[in-house]
Amino acid sequence: MHIMYFTEQPMSAYPAEEGLKFGATALMFSNRHFDPVAGSRLYNEYIEQYRLAEAVGFDGIMLNEHHNAPFCMQAKANIFASILAAITERVKIVILGNPLPLAENPVRLAEELAMIDMISKGRLVSGFVRGGGQEQLAAGVNPAYNRERFEEAHDLIIRTWTEHGPFRWEGTHYQHRVVNPWALPLQKPHPRIWIPGVISRETVIWAARHRYPYIALNTTIEQTQRIWKLYDDTAAEVGFEGGPAYHGYLKQVHVAETDEKALENARQFTWMQGEFTGLAHPVWSTPAGYSSPDNRRGFVEFSVGRGSSPRRRPSFDEQIENNMIIAGKPETVIAKLRHVMEQTRPGILSLWANDGFMTHQDSMTCIRLFGQEVLPAIRAFAKELDLKSPFEADTPISLDYSTDLRPQHAAAE
Amino acid sequence: MLHHDIGSLDRLPVYDRLAEHFDVLLPEHPGYGQSERPVWMRSVRDLAVLYRWMLADAGIERATLLGLGFGGWIAAEMATMAPRDLNRLILVGAMGLKPPEGDILDQALLSHIDYARAGFHDQKAFDAVYGADPSTDQLVAWDICREMNFRIAWKPYMYSQTLPHLLGGVRAPALLVWGEHDRVVPIGAAHRYVAALPDARLELVADCGHCVDMERPEELARLVISFAGAA
Repeated sequence: MHIMYFTEQPMSAYPAEEGLKFGATALMFSNRHFDPVAGSRLYNEYIEQYRLAEAVGFDGIMLNEHHNAPFCMQAKANIFASILAAITERVKIVILGNPLPLAENPVRLAEELAMIDMISKGRLVSGFVRGGGQEQLAAGVNPAYNRERFEEAHDLIIRTWTEHGPFRWEGTHYQHRVVNPWALPLQKPHPRIWIPGVISRETVIWAARHRYPYIALNTTIEQTQRIWKLYDDTAAEVGFEGGPAYHGYLKQVHVAETDEKALENARQFTWMQGEFTGLAHPVWSTPAGYSSPDNRRGFVEFSVGRGSSPRRRPSFDEQIENNMIIAGKPETVIAKLRHVMEQTRPGILSLWANDGFMTHQDSMTCIRLFGQEVLPAIRAFAKELDLKSPFEADTPISLDYSTDLRPQHAAAE
Repeated sequence: MLHHDIGSLDRLPVYDRLAEHFDVLLPEHPGYGQSERPVWMRSVRDLAVLYRWMLADAGIERATLLGLGFGGWIAAEMATMAPRDLNRLILVGAMGLKPPEGDILDQALLSHIDYARAGFHDQKAFDAVYGADPSTDQLVAWDICREMNFRIAWKPYMYSQTLPHLLGGVRAPALLVWGEHDRVVPIGAAHRYVAALPDARLELVADCGHCVDMERPEELARLVISFAGAA
């Protein structure tokens, strides 16, 4: 099993009451409430936490990025990936991921990622995402072409990494006279690509069709099981067997010295009303054209307060009850994680260990306890349950680089 | 008649009123309703060319174009393409030009209902057309329109940077009609149209917002009949 440490890098030093007053903590919530002095302190605390995560035995550090919102301070995942490339020695640097549609120049992304891969001596895992709805608005990128841009930018990056230049790219959304960057990934044929996601079926199918592991981001047990079924069914169609090496799972898990302390801290996982993207604005989080047409009715109802959010989270107590959030002293967390691992069987597990206003000290304690007590126990379970990571299973990096395919033809054919 | 960026209801009093005096064509923009989406389309100018094609197919040689809001932008683009062949050009709260002050209201930041309501000065007029609490079917219809708006008018948002330089060739007499309380397209855009078009004048409609056609249908019909009927 590949076990990663993750933090959203929350910008906790913002006046929460102002967010409540404004009614949203994203996109249009003014950055007059951003404090660069606190920002500087927090960035450096996060660097310390990442160093400790490596020291205590995590296999990887997961990074992401968001824009115009206090729930995540990373405006560019590649910057922290670059820092980690230089200051860590062993951990995989797992970017989940670069929001491809936001890029006006995917070749530049390919170059940056190649640099990170070389500087880290081949430790990059390069995930790609579509970016949240409000990220499209924050970047001024057309939400209606989000998926097309995602797919085209992906194809261009793969070609940039695997085919010697110069070549020319005349695509629908990207045109490049000369593609010939003098920076290529160290890992051959290219770094592993993992695809994270939340609710969109299309992305699960797309990931399976490329044989890229799919990382379910903080989904419920039932959602996660449905995602794996869809993934594995699609995998069978294209000719490989899915299973744990292709299944990643991000969970909110906090450890402290006592259950009481852990539960108190874990309330911070709902620090911005429990919405995954903070106190989201229903219109900004789902601009027209961004989401699948199947979701159109649900989202327009939600946008006028007629329906509940398709991303809605239950109360804190319910989330503790159903293991959406796991919190406690090490023994408590180990028992609950075992249960979740048995139910979902991931080969990649990302532990979202802190959030909101949790103190630096508590975050450090949490990481230390993970390393000392929790990680050894869940590694043993993983072995017992035969939950192998893509590295352990030595899976091909993609469908294109597979030599073992046995496609199943649909019955109708 | 070319409809707004929020589509159009099938029947409106202004349509009936105008149909008493003219043969009125009310096309639905491709992709703005149940029609197949033109996935290739990238600009409002593309849409204008399609409507030129439609006029040619229908054998209509001297059309009067009446464009409402976003439809006004389409009409203005059409007018620039063959400057001599129009009868009259009527632009009502037309998008298409960057206002000298203020910006065209950004629907991307507003809910579908709030955006549609912003087109009305008197909210009772909105209620009369769409109902105080529009149906979910209406919301879905607005979202389909919104997606097409994004596909072809996302950036720059709802205007063309080249259109003002092309309007000088238009030979048809033009009438600009603007609700004096238009919160969607600032009135400065009307003055830019009047300045750029060789033969244009502006009529302001009192106590009215952006959607003059739905808020003051009688007044709009009167202006159109007297302007286009005089030809």
